[in-house]
Amino acid sequence: MADPTLQDYKNDVPNAWCPGCGNFGILQVLQKALVTLGLPPERVLLCSGIGQAPKIVHYLNCNAFDGLHGREVASAQAAKIVADDLTVIIHSGDGGAYGEGGNHFLHAMRRNVDVTHVVHDNHIYGLTKGQASPTTDQGQKVAVHPDGVAALPMNPLALAISQSCPFVAQSLSSQADHLLDVLCQAIRHPGFSYVNVLQPCVSWDPVHTYAYYQKHCYRLDTSHDPTDQAAALAVALAHDGRIPLGVLYRNDRPALRPVSEPGVGDLRECPDRPARLARVFDRYR
Amino acid sequence: MGKRKGVESSIALADSAAMCRIEAIAAYPITPQTHIVEHLSEWVNDGHLEAEFVPVESEHSAMSAALGMSAVGARTFTATSSQGLALMHEILFIAPAMRLPVVMAVANRSLSGPISIWNDHSDIMTDRDIGWVQIFAENGQECFDLVPACFRVAEDKRVVLPTILNFDGFVVSHMIEPIEFWTQEQFDAYLPPFDPQIKLDVRKPVAMGAVGIPEIYYEARLAQQNALLNAKAVVVEAFAELEKMVGRKYNLVETYKADDADAILYLMGSLSETAMTAVDNLRKQGKKVGLVRPRLWRPFPTEELVAAFGNVPVVGVCDRALAFGHEHHMVAQEIRALFYDAPHRPKLVEFVIGLGGRDVTIGDMEHILNRLLEVKNGAPVGPVEYVGVRK
Ligand SMILES: Cc1ncc(C[n+]2csc(CCOP(=O)(O)OP(=O)(O)O)c2C)c(N)n1
Ligand SMILES: [Mg+2]
Repeated sequence: MADPTLQDYKNDVPNAWCPGCGNFGILQVLQKALVTLGLPPERVLLCSGIGQAPKIVHYLNCNAFDGLHGREVASAQAAKIVADDLTVIIHSGDGGAYGEGGNHFLHAMRRNVDVTHVVHDNHIYGLTKGQASPTTDQGQKVAVHPDGVAALPMNPLALAISQSCPFVAQSLSSQADHLLDVLCQAIRHPGFSYVNVLQPCVSWDPVHTYAYYQKHCYRLDTSHDPTDQAAALAVALAHDGRIPLGVLYRNDRPALRPVSEPGVGDLRECPDRPARLARVFDRYR
Repeated sequence: MGKRKGVESSIALADSAAMCRIEAIAAYPITPQTHIVEHLSEWVNDGHLEAEFVPVESEHSAMSAALGMSAVGARTFTATSSQGLALMHEILFIAPAMRLPVVMAVANRSLSGPISIWNDHSDIMTDRDIGWVQIFAENGQECFDLVPACFRVAEDKRVVLPTILNFDGFVVSHMIEPIEFWTQEQFDAYLPPFDPQIKLDVRKPVAMGAVGIPEIYYEARLAQQNALLNAKAVVVEAFAELEKMVGRKYNLVETYKADDADAILYLMGSLSETAMTAVDNLRKQGKKVGLVRPRLWRPFPTEELVAAFGNVPVVGVCDRALAFGHEHHMVAQEIRALFYDAPHRPKLVEFVIGLGGRDVTIGDMEHILNRLLEVKNGAPVGPVEYVGVRK
């Protein structure tokens, strides 16, 4: 079969993002990454929930599972466990990933199924028009918090590193070359890989603009050793006003294998599959 | 008389909640409810309302937080819609079981899937039997008037049950209407301060949330059922006092030109306003049709409904959600059950309309009313008609 091309990933679904939205950059790079990795669309499953970011799965041509707000990580892991021949990529907003679905994120890092979780972190609830998300800055004035957000923002990178998440990276929607490299590494990584993609929200967040990120972001260089968990945590917790881009942390914990049973192997090929599947699910009850 | 202002219904509803001097709010944004909680956050931020506003990370947390605040004795308000209500589901049952009189506004909206943010009654039909008092508002004025009525009923010592105020998402929530505001003095006269019977209090410790072993669970659930059924009389009182205060009359069951009607349409929510226009149009042609709607939905106003339908030979029922797997949908099921014991049993014609925001026109309503008259004149009843569905 011929190598997949960008054309294979194009569709003509009308786009509903605001002009200038960081999501456009992520969509372009995602398509490029899938082509770069030689993945044909039928082998790719994109999982998402509800939000501006999750809409991305409708704007390119491949398998999609768009469920409920914040639940995408749970469905994606399960799909991968049962259908190992799919490359599974999750697209969440920061609200869905860290708020409504925060519990799933925590347990996905522990479970370590071979999926890639891309969080479009615009520091805001975009779809519902500008309320605070778990990553909105303390003191930032947004809807529902007219006097500024009281709570501390979550530090999802530090959280993930502290939980030994197998792959932790950060990139920026407007730095296509960097994002492409990070996404390809994340998708290739055998295990749960997590990428926080910083993304300006041109409609609801006047603080974290393209210029803001241009000013505060820096790229990790070869002096950073991503296998050094303490060093990675130090980068994530630096609090020096600078924003790191790159692979912060990586380990080689073996990923959870696809559903199999002792003596049977791949459940998809065994004759009494429903009964055996039920037994596997029982283990997780 | 209070002042009339052109205001979006959601904003008026939020203003009304604030003027009820709510002390605690926990909420999470979801379309088309978000304007309510955003507006309340401004009340709090501007210092016009002494209330704790707890922004949470999900509706599951919102309802849990609301119960916590109500348990310590705060007058507590929240609002949600659709998936938000669905996500609250398991906690919704805890509120009446612990007798915590939270008031919640629900902007009625369809449920996924397919993904839809538009109006129908899928959300609330799913949470029909949760043990809350449930009331419907059909326009912005009613949203404003009925919030204090909800608190009055919920907190009444003879009730002490949580209460939902339902109103249609977008078609009511986002509509700007001329709304007569009550004065703060009227609110204060109508709604006394919340005086909880029990609360979490360091001076008088209690444990809430006991285990219901098989020897007690049954009785506890039945006590809750009786409390809810008994709330009806208190709702009547609350509506009567409201009328005295502001001159607008609310009934457990609302009727429109139903007295002499040959056919009556039964529906819920704001579609009644479209239906009234259709009724007027048909009346001009000499066709005797009318409407009946429940204002109070739980406890179910059985006697009042039977009285409202009287001896009418044909009743039409509009459902705005599907009871998957049953050929009669929820509202139709309720009305069929109503007539089983009634002295007079009319012919029943069932319709589904306006799913997921599908437009319902005056023409649709006229079609429905004309269908009822055909049945009155001998046409067969037929199965449920899905009005406005594309073939
Ligand atoms: C249970 C539930 N609650 C609330 C909502 C409303 N809602 C939809 S998206 C969203 C937040 C969107 O923010 P984020 O996840 O950061 O995505 P973004 O739109 O910013 O890309 C909310 C609150 C919902 N769909 N489901
Ligand atoms: Mg966001």
